[in-house]
Amino acid sequence: MTLYAAFGAIEQGFVYGIMVIGVYLTFRILDFPDLTVDGSLPLGAAISAVAITSGVNPYLSLLLAVAGGFLAGVVTAVLNTKFKILHLLASILTMIALYSINIRIMAGPNVALLGSETVFDSVTRLGVPAHFAGLIIFGSFAVLVVCLIVWFLGTELGQAILATGDNPQMIRSLGVNTDAIIILGVGISNALVALSGALVAQNQGAADVGMGIGTIVAGLASVIIGETVFGCRTIGRAFIAALLGSIVYRLAIALALSFEIGGFRFNPSDLNLITAVLVIAALIAPNLKRRLIAH
Amino acid sequence: MIRLENIIKYFHKGSVNEVFALNNLSLQIEEGDFVTVIGSNGAGKSTLLNCIAGGFFPDSGSISIADHDVTRWPEYQRARFIARVFQDPLLGTCPSATLEQNMALAIRRGLKRGLARGVKAADRLRFRKELEHLGLGLEDRLLDKVGLLSGGQRQALTMLMATMIRPEVLLLDEQIAALDPKTANQILSLTHDIVRQQGLTTLMITHNMKHAIAFGNRLIMLHQGRIILDLSGAAKENLTVADLLAQFYKTQGEELALDSLLLG
Repeated sequence: MTLYAAFGAIEQGFVYGIMVIGVYLTFRILDFPDLTVDGSLPLGAAISAVAITSGVNPYLSLLLAVAGGFLAGVVTAVLNTKFKILHLLASILTMIALYSINIRIMAGPNVALLGSETVFDSVTRLGVPAHFAGLIIFGSFAVLVVCLIVWFLGTELGQAILATGDNPQMIRSLGVNTDAIIILGVGISNALVALSGALVAQNQGAADVGMGIGTIVAGLASVIIGETVFGCRTIGRAFIAALLGSIVYRLAIALALSFEIGGFRFNPSDLNLITAVLVIAALIAPNLKRRLIAH
Repeated sequence: MIRLENIIKYFHKGSVNEVFALNNLSLQIEEGDFVTVIGSNGAGKSTLLNCIAGGFFPDSGSISIADHDVTRWPEYQRARFIARVFQDPLLGTCPSATLEQNMALAIRRGLKRGLARGVKAADRLRFRKELEHLGLGLEDRLLDKVGLLSGGQRQALTMLMATMIRPEVLLLDEQIAALDPKTANQILSLTHDIVRQQGLTTLMITHNMKHAIAFGNRLIMLHQGRIILDLSGAAKENLTVADLLAQFYKTQGEELALDSLLLG
């Protein structure tokens, strides 16, 4: 793996790490497997790209993307809590609907941002070299998001979210409307995923309706790798682990893609297979370790 | 304080599994009453408590608590008035949260939860003091996860959490049934102390006739979703287990011979 590839992987790890934080919130904290993310990532990208091409400030476009993502999460959570549709199915329905909605928003399958002002320009204008701008922006957003979410989960409201995932009967009998909490939590999760998508779009100079495919798998892979490698004893540690897991995941992918024996090498299209193998490895690693120690 | 009027509740109505859980049940409980509830399995004891707590809505009839008609209030809204301790020690606490986090959740029962810190420094002192009263050494384990505690410790903590802010109504659903006899007695005397100190309006389900007689100022027996025995005052104080069994047979006849085994 070249230094350049490693650098790119860390950058990707940070920006998709924001998405991973969102996935951790639903998947682990709320115990709500949410596939909406495959649709809310390109939703964020689409909203941000369209807003920028219409002359909106790139930072403001991120806020719009966050709002859009939140709304998508709310739809999924309302389908689940109010209409009693299984969470997995509810999220698939929202995801499918978002495919059409994203194309509507972009008035086509993609939107280019060539020559438009993005959040990266605000950094390069300060004299930072262009190849560092991504790392700086992605890194600061990711760290900020981790700090905010850890702070939030320590508040009265955040503690109610944690309890809802842990013991809904108990927290209901303490006066918390668990339906409202789930709606809020899944909303926040998808807001973060949309933010991640918006930043990706601004970085690669385009939003594309297909860019969300496999988001949930990459998210889960990162979550599981993070937990396995870095642990999840406290909430703070768990979210830092999720972010680091995202970086390790992207590095592992980059490593696999640079792998070459004789005439054989991986294609980018082998990515899904590599991801599946990575997740399986991370899942069975603790088990394997226990067995090796026992014998 | 609590008024149930003509409550009817079916489960799985219209299916082969239909259960007639509460049969036109009416009950009025005064402020400060400590009511013990007995009855065989399936008599409707837990259903009655769940109905008061708002776990489901009755098919017909009305419920009022502290002069509020709460018949259509969801469970989380009734939490303003009601604290509960469940039979399963796992149900009353959050295993992955610490003791202080669990207690902090409990002292905001029925209140708005905002962006203030979940566990406040001032509360820690109070938690420590309350835990000292339990005498289980939990006061030094505020930062331990509750999942590490034994069933008895968790149940004691739940009892404490239920009463740290005074509930209008305390619902105890066989809170000692899953514990060993020694721990069960500790929890029971803790219950007795707290209820008496605070003068709480309490309903306690029990399978133990001795407990049902020894505790509280009123005893009700349920059968097939109805109250078939309701004793208070002197009538309850002079009660013996033999009386209770005799009463039970008198009302129900011989057909319930099997139930006496369950109740004894």
